[in-house]
Amino acid sequence: MSEKIIQLIDVYKEYDKNVAVENVTFYVKKGEFVTFLGPSGCGKTTTLRMIAGFEMPTGGQILLNGKDVTSIPPHKRPINTVFQRYALFPHLDVFDNVAFGLRNKKVKTTKTDKNGNKVEKLAKLSNQVIAQKVTDALKMVDLEGFEERNVTTLSGGQQQRVAIARAIVNEPEILLLDEPLGALDLKMRKDMQIELKELHKKLGMTFIYVTHDQEEALTMSDTVVVMKDGMIQQIGTPMDIYNEPKNVFVADFIGESNILSGIMVGKYKIKFLGHTFDCVDDFALNDHVDVVVRPEDIKMVDADDGMINGVVIDSIFKGMHYEMTVKVGKSELTIQSTKERKVGEMIGMNIQPDNIHIMAKEFTTNVYDGYITKNNTVVFGDGEFDADVTQLYPGSHLDEEGYLITKEGEQIDLTDVDVRVEVGLKDIDIDDITDELEETASAVGKIISIIYKGDHYQLIVRTEENEEDYVFDTEYLWNENDTVAISIPKDKIKLSLKAEVKK
Amino acid sequence: MKMHFNRKHLVIPYGLFLVLFVIIPLGFIVYYAFTNGSTGSFSLANFIKFFASPTSLSTLLLSIGVALLTTAVCLLIAYPIAYILARSKFKKKSVLLMLFVLPMWINFVLRINALREFLDLIGLLDQAHLFNTILGMVYDFLPFMILPLYTTLIKLDKSMLEASADLGSHPVSTFAKVTLPLSMPGIVSGITMVFMPTMTNYVISDTLGLGHVTIIGKFIEECFGARSDWHLGSAIALVLLMIIFVSMLVSGGFKEEDNGSRGAGLW
Repeated sequence: MSEKIIQLIDVYKEYDKNVAVENVTFYVKKGEFVTFLGPSGCGKTTTLRMIAGFEMPTGGQILLNGKDVTSIPPHKRPINTVFQRYALFPHLDVFDNVAFGLRNKKVKTTKTDKNGNKVEKLAKLSNQVIAQKVTDALKMVDLEGFEERNVTTLSGGQQQRVAIARAIVNEPEILLLDEPLGALDLKMRKDMQIELKELHKKLGMTFIYVTHDQEEALTMSDTVVVMKDGMIQQIGTPMDIYNEPKNVFVADFIGESNILSGIMVGKYKIKFLGHTFDCVDDFALNDHVDVVVRPEDIKMVDADDGMINGVVIDSIFKGMHYEMTVKVGKSELTIQSTKERKVGEMIGMNIQPDNIHIMAKEFTTNVYDGYITKNNTVVFGDGEFDADVTQLYPGSHLDEEGYLITKEGEQIDLTDVDVRVEVGLKDIDIDDITDELEETASAVGKIISIIYKGDHYQLIVRTEENEEDYVFDTEYLWNENDTVAISIPKDKIKLSLKAEVKK
Repeated sequence: MKMHFNRKHLVIPYGLFLVLFVIIPLGFIVYYAFTNGSTGSFSLANFIKFFASPTSLSTLLLSIGVALLTTAVCLLIAYPIAYILARSKFKKKSVLLMLFVLPMWINFVLRINALREFLDLIGLLDQAHLFNTILGMVYDFLPFMILPLYTTLIKLDKSMLEASADLGSHPVSTFAKVTLPLSMPGIVSGITMVFMPTMTNYVISDTLGLGHVTIIGKFIEECFGARSDWHLGSAIALVLLMIIFVSMLVSGGFKEEDNGSRGAGLW
């Protein structure tokens, strides 16, 4: 079980200068069920396609059983794929589809030649062997008797099974599944999840599965690889990933979470929601941190009996449980419980130390490389901003011609001077884009991420041209993928010189 | 009384056109083909005359031969062109495709005469009549083969090719087992669009074969012209119609589903 069947080392892939996968390093053990999980565009499918051989990595190595297969074409790899939209051959019937790989296969056979010598020869599989294997494979996916059916007349679920049979019949060392259940309805998807899991047990093959459905990943896999923006965020068992998310993204993506801002006030002591909690994670004193608490880990008690108090402002029945929104100070918490509390009721809440997950803040400030223009504006992050350039030299001012005059009376031309730009998370504003703004806005970008953090949202706006990111906090809810204009107050742009300016 | 405009009424102009220019002329042809020239009574004499004459039969065979050869050469040239065009990552491939189709926009008599002058220039015109005829036919009908092939190949799902490679097929065997069978509708419509017209396009054989190559179209023209035997001409036309009809049945004919592959989706 401990044998590494496939290993990716620093695998890197870019298309037309856009990075799809960035320095991915991990390995899969023989017989494991591994899932790549992440939102669309996170690089999970590209990684899978590189393992299959359809894409060539721009850099890095892929090892199969310790041997470098990075540049080996797909038809020579002992790996088979179940494609997202099945890719069954419409001109062949079910039998011929499943037999397709077997007919390409050559096996070593020993034959006795005329002189009685034994000779090893590569021979194609006989028709009986192929027929037997196809029948077995179809039986495995519950499609006995479908041999002569035309694939185009099958239902989505049946096509899915043919696609699986077509891959497993070749007994590959690794079976790749690219969002195979994406096109099925919910009920069918649940059934297929269980069947795939059983198939994995029965065959003992290594499965590498790609999905954006976190529940699917958690139910089926031995190991989950969470990806975002072409980078691996966390690798671990479903339990690890759920209980010990490494960062805010993983916590937000896997299951429901309350993400809050906290501050370390002592050893194993953290303050958030106005209360000091005991915790099990150790961070430096006074560190600003993100706190993640799962909705089911907040226990409700009577008002004033718990660590914190709050007012129920919303309650929804979700079948298995109630989901309540509770207002604590300015923050809103989501709580799941089998007991309902009425809207308007004041409740107390307890959180156990090991249910408080603490992680370092990913973003504390935005940093850019920029330069000053001849109009004394600053260009950074795909935009041009008005900034106070006199801050570079304390006590200086600008003359009418735009030269900077220092305290000592020296004249400096700042045109094209490189600067380091810092902007705080609270100092960025956005507006809905209009035709007029499109012309005048300092920078324009698209909202690519929204994370709710108890009393505010953390947004990331990315520009189109060079994919520069603006991370900031806002109280207002925006929509993902909206295009917005970015503005930063003049006095909030902190500049520092990268090198001494020639006078 | 109110006039109710119904969508069904849109069929009227097309119906009229069909009756005037297809059904009535066809009726005339059938009438002439099955009647006796002098008495006007029903007779099969025209067909017997055609099939009993060695000259007319050899003309028919020659036409089929020329058409087969033209179609084969067209297919051999057009498939690689269409395949490369469809596969290329070049962004403006429709421009490249247009370069191949552009000659269609120039009057065809002009084109053929230009080719004739060219062949004359290199001294080939009076040397190889059959070769010249086929050359002209290929030149003229190549776009009709490229277009349907290109439209089927461009629609070919790339994941099919990946699946084939994934299942152990070498690129060559992927072509034979997946690309070729899946481009069959394009091949079939390409063949129908080239084979049929080449049987009757006597302008090319006249201009480039210098009258040494007589194909069945020329024969029909002579019946209606110089020999003024409309009855025999109609009979031959009917025979041709039957040949086309039979070959369409054999090739799978015009199926609803491959309409898109007949060049319709291109523009």
